[in-house]
Amino acid sequence: MSEMTPQAEQPILVARNLARYFDVSRPWLNRVIEGQPRLILKAVDGVDFAIRRGETLSLVGESGCGKSTVARLVVGLYRPSKGSIAFEGVDLASLNSRAKMQPVRRRFQMIFQDPYASLNPRWRVADIIAEPIRAHRILTDRAQIRRRVDELLRFVGLSPADGEKFPHEFSGGQRQRISIARALSSNPDFLVCDEPTSALDVSVQAQILNLMKELQRELGLTYLFISHNLAVVYHISDRVGVMYLGRLVELADVEALFAQPQHPYTRMLLDAIPDLEMSGRPRTPVAGEVPNPLNPPSGCAFHPRCPYANERCKRERPEFKPAPAGGMVACHAVEERRLPEARAVDPPVLPA
Amino acid sequence: MATTLPDATKTAPGLSARILDSDVFYSFRKSPLTMLAALVTLVCFSGALLAPWIAPHNPFDLGSLNLLDASRPPVWIEDSDPRFLLGTDNQGRDVLSTIMYGARVSLLVGFASVIFAMVLGVTLGLISGYVGGAVDAVIMRIADVQLSFPAILIALLIDGILRAAFSHQLHDQFALYVLILSVGLSYWVQYARTVRGSTLVEKNKEYVQAARVIGVHPIRLLFSHILPNVIGPVLVIATINLALAIITEATLSFLGVGMPPTKPSLGTLINVGNDFLMSGEWWITIFPGLALVLMALSVNLLGDWLRDALNPKLRVTR
Amino acid sequence: MTRAPANRALLDVRNLRVEFPTRRGNLVAVDDISFHIDPGEVLGVVGESGAGKSLTGAAIIGLLDPPGRIAGGEVLLEGRRIDNLGYEQMRRIRGREIGAIFQDPLTSLNPLYTIGRQLVETIQTHLDMNAAQARAHAVKLLQEVGIPAADRRIDHYPHQFSGGMRQRVVIALALCANPRLVIADEPTTALDVSIQAQIITLLKRLCREHGTAVMLVTHDMGVIAETADRVAVMYAGRIAEIGPVRDVIKQPKHPYTVGLMGSIPKITRRDERLAQIDGSMPRLNAIPPGCAFNPRCPRVFARCHVERPDLIDVERSRVACWLYDEESPRLRAAGDE
Repeated sequence: MSEMTPQAEQPILVARNLARYFDVSRPWLNRVIEGQPRLILKAVDGVDFAIRRGETLSLVGESGCGKSTVARLVVGLYRPSKGSIAFEGVDLASLNSRAKMQPVRRRFQMIFQDPYASLNPRWRVADIIAEPIRAHRILTDRAQIRRRVDELLRFVGLSPADGEKFPHEFSGGQRQRISIARALSSNPDFLVCDEPTSALDVSVQAQILNLMKELQRELGLTYLFISHNLAVVYHISDRVGVMYLGRLVELADVEALFAQPQHPYTRMLLDAIPDLEMSGRPRTPVAGEVPNPLNPPSGCAFHPRCPYANERCKRERPEFKPAPAGGMVACHAVEERRLPEARAVDPPVLPA
Repeated sequence: MATTLPDATKTAPGLSARILDSDVFYSFRKSPLTMLAALVTLVCFSGALLAPWIAPHNPFDLGSLNLLDASRPPVWIEDSDPRFLLGTDNQGRDVLSTIMYGARVSLLVGFASVIFAMVLGVTLGLISGYVGGAVDAVIMRIADVQLSFPAILIALLIDGILRAAFSHQLHDQFALYVLILSVGLSYWVQYARTVRGSTLVEKNKEYVQAARVIGVHPIRLLFSHILPNVIGPVLVIATINLALAIITEATLSFLGVGMPPTKPSLGTLINVGNDFLMSGEWWITIFPGLALVLMALSVNLLGDWLRDALNPKLRVTR
Repeated sequence: MTRAPANRALLDVRNLRVEFPTRRGNLVAVDDISFHIDPGEVLGVVGESGAGKSLTGAAIIGLLDPPGRIAGGEVLLEGRRIDNLGYEQMRRIRGREIGAIFQDPLTSLNPLYTIGRQLVETIQTHLDMNAAQARAHAVKLLQEVGIPAADRRIDHYPHQFSGGMRQRVVIALALCANPRLVIADEPTTALDVSIQAQIITLLKRLCREHGTAVMLVTHDMGVIAETADRVAVMYAGRIAEIGPVRDVIKQPKHPYTVGLMGSIPKITRRDERLAQIDGSMPRLNAIPPGCAFNPRCPRVFARCHVERPDLIDVERSRVACWLYDEESPRLRAAGDE
């Protein structure tokens, strides 16, 4: 895949000021009687990023940060409350009918977290994998469809005989392989992966991650990878975005993020990774918990837990913009150069 | 690429092998009462179904009736006729044969109304659960209102309306369909509620979201994806409902607003025979009554067993 | 209750066997495992799903779901057998001498009662205190586990706490009667990574202060690295390797442990490909003869298919692998794989 073509220069996906709000107010009658205001959950509150063709962008963060909601916005399971998503330059909001949306749906697919819930337990595996083919009428001849399904099964490391079985006859790792086969059957360019290995054992996770990397290389796929596991993200990403309470706080190349984390939350997250090298590194104590997303703190959402917060941080929400040291950061302290030198938590081990 | 598991089975077993090997069939084998109930049900159903061919007489062929045979008691009492095992009514009709024909009608109405209620209830439940919002609210409120009335009353109401709309002759002709409609309409709610609840759960599962991402048409999603996963409890409800439907129809016929005496069901027979109870010809009403009880009871027992067998928490292990 | 002599293990598990009778035969979920926990030490029990680690914990504390049952072996707490005790006796040991922390704080706490009431009830069951003393003890415990404004929050319901706070309450509950041993089954799996770090630190500190031993069951090697003194790696119902945590993690000896450590992504090195172990753990009804790992082992040889290895002493660890048996080099050289 040549990097020189103009097509490669245009990002395959661009999210601008993306936001999604959920109205979780109590029923109208209850609100009137108890005198309560409307409750709006700002799951995603203004997120900007672009994904280049062939790269893997990961979104990482803890519960409530909105990364899964971003994934669902990108594939069209939710409509944005504000902002826009453009796929190859086409604003998805302009595709307001099923007929217009179908050709675009063929080009991107999603892999879900729960290998047990993402496959219909009543369908045979071959039918599950063939569904995108049938839905988009890519092939119509039954024999051709069957051949393609067999090919896909082999591709993901299963055997064609497995097509006759039901999902419950497979282990978690094998089911994720089936999910991947299904996602690939419509020949997509872009895969959104929502925590695809979080529910798997670590040795199975290694198999699936290796498989995904191989497929990306062979098929030229672009991935949007959602995870809460920083080690997995380090292994699979080209660029990483860190989210907190619905906002992007940092976005950088993967090596840069791990070697020189800038935002205080990124530093805290990296510090919280268990020390498998058993180097006995000192850890700064982690403070507080993620606040209630229904009632986020004023100004910078991270200020109650931030050791570097000042008055401005409590008042003013920081903008997500390029940082002096590279990448994008939303932090007043970074902008004001108030922070100590960023350093890697675990210095990289160089090959002997 | 990774290798396949060494213990993966080579071919998937066929459907009959899966059924015979299943936990459900195992629990069936382990329960003598259930096997008995199944046997009785089978006997009743085949007797009713094959009535035109295996009944000893045809009670509705007016030409074959002989008033001299009237009011004969059952065969184990003196003054009986061995041709009429369970006796005859006041017009010379063989009670056993009328029971078989009557059961046929009862079963027909029972099955048809259950199927009608199931189709209506499941569809409404699916739509209600998936679409949500105002549609869901409207359907569920109608269901709630209907639930506050006893089923019999609703059946009576619908029956009464249709009776008033049609002339007497027309009504007799269409009595069967009217009855199916009234009994069916009084029982759809339970299906709708159960399916709606299950649909709400399934709707949020990731395989449904995957289908939406793929771009599957909503109707196909509802019926090909969600329906197979919510249909389980429906089967149990249907079995228990069958017994209820049979009894409801019998009640309506007993009250005189169901099947007419020209095409009687078991309920009609009980009604007609009731008049003769006091004059000592008890067999004309008791035997149809016993047949009704037997059928409803065995269907009910089967339904009970099915519910327990399909409940994963009560799985029989050893 | 006499104090155990210093050289006697607190918990001694000998040849424990847990079975599930099904209509298709007996499934052996834990197959003849032996280990001990010394007073005050943290033993990690790590393994992937299906390895039998949670069942081991459940068996020790007497909370096996029927039809699962202990089919063999002994569990001794300070020299006394506890696996053959009746329900009432086991109930008294639970809480007083063995505490438990489970994975999901939502279901470990009764949503209908305030946490104060649950704490006081547990305290009064096991310790001789009146209501006021128990309440004061409960408030002190809550402060110890880091619940702010403990004297107010003691009257709150579980749903009014966040996940991390709830887990702290569960820890308080487990430690309130000062047990000698706590069995923690995946205590941090359901929590965010930053909260995980807090909870692990808390658990370590409290157990050190109270001298409580911990059996920490988890699938997360990182948690083990931070918390445990020794670790047992389980595979298909058996212990594959057991030893000091530093040895097992930095110099694993059993091929499974080697593969496991290799497949964990680390942030110190970006490999193109993670080391992976092909295949997956066998199901309980399909465990191969000999060593259960032999279909997937990169260093398998003939003996592995035939005989099942017991734990062999290797340096400071014990490993269940024929590679470390002194006879094996001879056997391997004599024309096996």
